[in-house]
Amino acid sequence: MEMINKMLSGDKRACARLITAVENDPDEAEKIIKEIHQYTGNAHVIGITGPPGAGKSTLTDKLVKSLLNDNKKVGIIAVDPTSPYTGGSILGDRIRMQDLALDPNVFIRSMGTRGYLGGLSKSTKNAVKILDAAGYDYIIIETVGVGQSEVDIVKTADTILMIMVPGLGDDIQSIKAGIMEIGDIFVINKSDLFGADRTATEISMMLDLNQNMDRRPSIVKVTAVKNEGIDKLIEEIKNHMDYLKESGVFFERRRKNLKIEVVELIESELRKIVISHTDSENKLDNQVMNIINKEKNIYDVRDEYLSAIKK
Amino acid sequence: MSKPIRVLIAKPGLDGHDRGAKLIARALRDAGMEVIYTGLRQTPEQIVAAAVQEDVDVIGMSILSGAHNHLFPKVVELLKEQGVDDVLIVGGGVIPDDDIPSLKAAGVDAIFTPGTTTTTTIDFIKNNVKRK
Repeated sequence: MEMINKMLSGDKRACARLITAVENDPDEAEKIIKEIHQYTGNAHVIGITGPPGAGKSTLTDKLVKSLLNDNKKVGIIAVDPTSPYTGGSILGDRIRMQDLALDPNVFIRSMGTRGYLGGLSKSTKNAVKILDAAGYDYIIIETVGVGQSEVDIVKTADTILMIMVPGLGDDIQSIKAGIMEIGDIFVINKSDLFGADRTATEISMMLDLNQNMDRRPSIVKVTAVKNEGIDKLIEEIKNHMDYLKESGVFFERRRKNLKIEVVELIESELRKIVISHTDSENKLDNQVMNIINKEKNIYDVRDEYLSAIKK
Repeated sequence: MSKPIRVLIAKPGLDGHDRGAKLIARALRDAGMEVIYTGLRQTPEQIVAAAVQEDVDVIGMSILSGAHNHLFPKVVELLKEQGVDDVLIVGGGVIPDDDIPSLKAAGVDAIFTPGTTTTTTIDFIKNNVKRK
């Protein structure tokens, strides 16, 4: 495909077009990913996650500027939520990254979640692959503002920055399951606010309780709007990459993530088969009535469908 | 839902009145579009770079400073330089009626002045998007 050659040679418009194609059309996505597969796997993928308003976009802006000083190319995928009611969305992460728009070594793409609930969109992974093939050294994925359980980013990024801010709750929040478990680096943003030290201490105490941990996640205090603590954070990101490579965890994580990806692809094809069976001739409606009338139970109906599908 | 219209909403020029831009962004969102909101004081170069990277179908610009005769055509010109010819370009703000014909001649597809309902804008976009 000519578009792919253009993208590989650094054409941003081709890169943007390919991302649109993988977002809108699963068949196109398949063709594109098959062709670029051999060029992928080189970028260091950094996930930035945390609650809404924690400063993810502002921090991304500062991190990218710092990485550019090292002569690196950086791709950014910023995800914001899609309305479950209208399918529309406001993608507003670029507002904090205005200076980056014109940098030849930066590519920024905003994506709506389009019904996906894990903090990313269904196509985020494929968009990462396109930026990877296009030669971006670092790819930063900014998730939607997360609550407690949007952890899809672990399946996509090498290094995960969990952005915290002071004053969001007591130490019980820090021992809950979910997003607090996925951070490789805990970043306390808005550290000039009251309570930053306390938040750092609570996270540190939470980490003390972790068992079987190869590497203790580091905690970095920053104030992104003032560009404070960013150098230290870059250092920690690089330390984490060194650790990943030296320990073999890098390969291990990517292997695990690919397994998940393949299983998800199979599941999504199987789901199509299931839908095609259950859609036919109001049969499911009748079966449901049978369940309501106590003539059948849900498992019997499942088995009837399964045997029909297996034939 | 699989193929929403993508719209870039930008405020070129130096005025800080973004209420109209935010209102229209919200209205387009509610009409099922993906709205990339880029904020205040954008140069034409920034707007075009964002439009290319975001691969949008529509660029909507709001301006209240009076610099529309310079900034809108500049955006059109830069898009042409990049070889982008399939993006719908609309503008809004306090723009005198007398200026509208020359802006349209310069390649702006529509100008919406104060009092335009959001439905008018939404319908125009839905009916005139160049890329299908």
